Amino acid sequence: MMDQLSWMGESSLSTLRGDVTESNISRPESHQTVRSSNKRTDRPLETSLGYYLTSGGDEASTAVDQWLEWETLDLQPVALHALRLAVLQDKKSEALESLQPSLSYIERSLQKTGKTFLTSVDDGDERLLTDEEIQAAVQAWSKGLAACPKPRQIVHPILPQQGERNVLITSALPYVNNVPHLGNIIGCVLSADVFARFCRLRNWNTLFVCGTDEYGTATETKAMEEGLTPQEICDKYNAIHSQIYRWFGTSFDYFGRTTTEKQTEIAQDIFWRLLKRGFLLEDTVEQLHCQRCAKFLADRFVEGICPFCSYPEARGDQCDKCGKLINAVELKLEGRLEEWLETTLEKGNWTPNARFITRSWIRDGLKPRCITRDLKWGTPVPLEEFANKVFYVWFDAPIGYLSITANYTDQWEKWWKNPDKVQLYNFMAKDNVPFHSVVFPCSLLGAEDNYTLVNHLIATEYLNYEDGKFSKSRGVGVFGDMAKDTGIPADIWRFYLLFIRPEGQDSAFCWSDLLLKNNSELLNNLGNFVNRAGMFVSKFFEGRVPTMELNQEDQRLLALTTWELRQYLQLLEKVRIRDALRCILNISRHGNQYIQLNEPWKRLKGSDTDRSRAATVTGVAINMACLLSVMLQPYMPTVSATIQEQLQAPPLCNVLTEEFVCVLPAGHKIGTISPLFQKLEVEQVEALRQRFGGQKEATTTTTILQDVQELAKAVAQQVRTGTFDISSPASGLPGLISFLFKFQGDKVRQLKALGTEKAVVNSEVARLLELKKALQEAQGKPPVQKEKKK
Amino acid sequence: MAEASLKELVSLEKYLGLKKTNKYSTQGERKVPVLQTKDGQNIVGLVTIACHLVKAAKQEQLLGRTREESAVVQQWLEYRIVQLGAPGAKEEGRSTLRDLNGYLEDKVYFGGDFLSLADILMYYGLHSYMVDLTVQDREKFVNVSRWFSHIQQLPNVQQHLPRVHIMKNRIYTNVH
Repeated sequence: MMDQLSWMGESSLSTLRGDVTESNISRPESHQTVRSSNKRTDRPLETSLGYYLTSGGDEASTAVDQWLEWETLDLQPVALHALRLAVLQDKKSEALESLQPSLSYIERSLQKTGKTFLTSVDDGDERLLTDEEIQAAVQAWSKGLAACPKPRQIVHPILPQQGERNVLITSALPYVNNVPHLGNIIGCVLSADVFARFCRLRNWNTLFVCGTDEYGTATETKAMEEGLTPQEICDKYNAIHSQIYRWFGTSFDYFGRTTTEKQTEIAQDIFWRLLKRGFLLEDTVEQLHCQRCAKFLADRFVEGICPFCSYPEARGDQCDKCGKLINAVELKLEGRLEEWLETTLEKGNWTPNARFITRSWIRDGLKPRCITRDLKWGTPVPLEEFANKVFYVWFDAPIGYLSITANYTDQWEKWWKNPDKVQLYNFMAKDNVPFHSVVFPCSLLGAEDNYTLVNHLIATEYLNYEDGKFSKSRGVGVFGDMAKDTGIPADIWRFYLLFIRPEGQDSAFCWSDLLLKNNSELLNNLGNFVNRAGMFVSKFFEGRVPTMELNQEDQRLLALTTWELRQYLQLLEKVRIRDALRCILNISRHGNQYIQLNEPWKRLKGSDTDRSRAATVTGVAINMACLLSVMLQPYMPTVSATIQEQLQAPPLCNVLTEEFVCVLPAGHKIGTISPLFQKLEVEQVEALRQRFGGQKEATTTTTILQDVQELAKAVAQQVRTGTFDISSPASGLPGLISFLFKFQGDKVRQLKALGTEKAVVNSEVARLLELKKALQEAQGKPPVQKEKKK
Repeated sequence: MAEASLKELVSLEKYLGLKKTNKYSTQGERKVPVLQTKDGQNIVGLVTIACHLVKAAKQEQLLGRTREESAVVQQWLEYRIVQLGAPGAKEEGRSTLRDLNGYLEDKVYFGGDFLSLADILMYYGLHSYMVDLTVQDREKFVNVSRWFSHIQQLPNVQQHLPRVHIMKNRIYTNVH
């Protein structure tokens, strides 16, 4: 363990050493003398850290001292103790518990300061702006709109252009059968949409495609349930998806589906190429088969214990908890894949979780993967012997990207077989990563047809709902079609979801937080600034932007705004959507401070100099508001358009460059100003939280209803197939009781999962045991006194 | 323990010649000293407060004049709170003193050749150890004794602690 400590020391020291330029730094000799047999003296950590800090030129302040001292006296012993517990005694949970108080202390301190670092100083206006930067900003400002690049005219079909930056954006195809919830939306389409809009504002040649993934057993099953054909189900749900995304303002260039001829064509083509090049092998794979319905069970419907992490509710092919594929089998293209991955990971912008997941898949070595299934609803395998099989969804679905593009334009190959000219961005949630980074590239590499492979893989973590997870069956959480009914506009949803986008780790949707962000950031910060600037022009300058004479303070503000703008551009280019949003809010905050300091409403009543000051401040502010509207467009397109409408901003201003230009010159007439955002009230939000919380009492009644329905259906089924025989002990009374028994068991499990009080659960368990006894009696077995363990 | 560190800080103030005595309190289980400054801020931790006082008294040379010197001073300040401040340190007293004895063999002060805050805090910290030592032990740890004797007779250092008498004559000649 001391090795661990000195290792920690080494790595901290080497991190710091990297910052220090003096080359002849060696460890101070005093270290050796302190390092004695006594283990507690083996800790010159902070000292050497402090030494390197001061060598690098940073002064240690009292705050830093305090934290270092706390670290030495409080954190280190606790951490060592926890380490001992975890490593030597294997008591991991105890170890974590012992760390709790220290972690809470850090958490509280961070909350109090509200800053990024423990000893942050308010960096608001302290930003060091050089004179050159200020001069450059002023020059750019005075250039005016005429000197700026014009927004590109979009002509469909959008095709890659020579000499331009061609960006192809895909969002993971949502499965048609499920209504998307907020987590799905932020993970895939919304994130991709923000980036797509950004690319367009940068005048890059952008194509954004998506669609519904429609093949697979789940659709077949749902079709049976609703008494429609699979195709009809897909039509119905594709429309629902499309509607939801449209409401959220998603700007697809094309939203398609996977059940098209093109899909069959392209998938079969790739299949043939793989077969001819010997990358496929024939093998038999164990699949669970239900004898009663003569069907192979879809992987998703098999539930059991994950062999890797012992999660008891692992389903079929992918364990929800640890993400490992069970029965995982891959194509033998290891060498080629690794080669491609090396270049892509190095040059491309992949989120850290994507890199990690991909590496761990490769590390386990590629194994052959089964790409067919015995189902009906899917892309048929074009071989005689495989006539009743279709392609497995994970071979087939990513090809959907290509086929959807093919349905958009028949020149799709210019995008998809053009890796040198096209940058491909894949957006998805982290559970889809292995398929997009390993399985699909393997298919494409093996097909040897110069396919465009993913350059940038952007994966999000999970979005949770309040304290738990989204659940359609239990009515917990907001689903796509319900968002509209809340009366909260789409742009507010967009803003909040993007604000809490789960980038480095899971995050949670929280109603009270939504209220807070709406009221503080949108209403009081952004909305307030734009509104004030607009109102001043309206009220005091007869709706015309006044003449501006920039003094030093104004010039500084221009430079500061330019700096934030550039940060925003850099961040969004790397798809750091959350961080870039904060740049917008920063600019707005600076704007509010600027107005507050200069008090134009007072100065207008003053002397001539005062009045010209008020004029300048108002003019600069209104231009900042216009810039904000452009920066805001990827996030809140409707609000952006509203601001531009209110300001009567020229449409040519919708381009993002590195410069903050005066787009609304003196004399420009603005329109009518009105508030952009509504305040959300606590009662309103509370009511919504109740509505989407999934009521517990309702669940019990619905379960009972469900039970009865299921029972009736099952009996009816038996009667239909002629297997129901009430007189026979084999399928009569016992059959009925066993149905009741099974559903009671489900109910108990459900109640326990919901965390219902013990008394309720116990009474249900008692009923379960009664049913068990009755069942055994009916089956002619003696009742056994056993405690049923769940 | 708690009051001891508070007394130390008060003594340190007096040593530094700071006129106004600040408000002290303790916090937490280990009774970490807390200083409340005039502008309402709280400074926590013995060493942190001590450094703050030194800076307030404009006697930064007590923290070392060069970077290397400050690093060494910081090291011994850390040693003070980790080694000497830890509960159960007394049992390890002998090995501690042995280490220190070896270290001080060729140095006048902990920082080498200049008086620093480290010497002062180490003095406060080691006082209880020195008091309990027999004459034989004091001879054994001759360098520590020499240093201790020197420090405690410096003006204004001793303050609240009783003087420890260290004999200059060697009685146990065959110990070394």
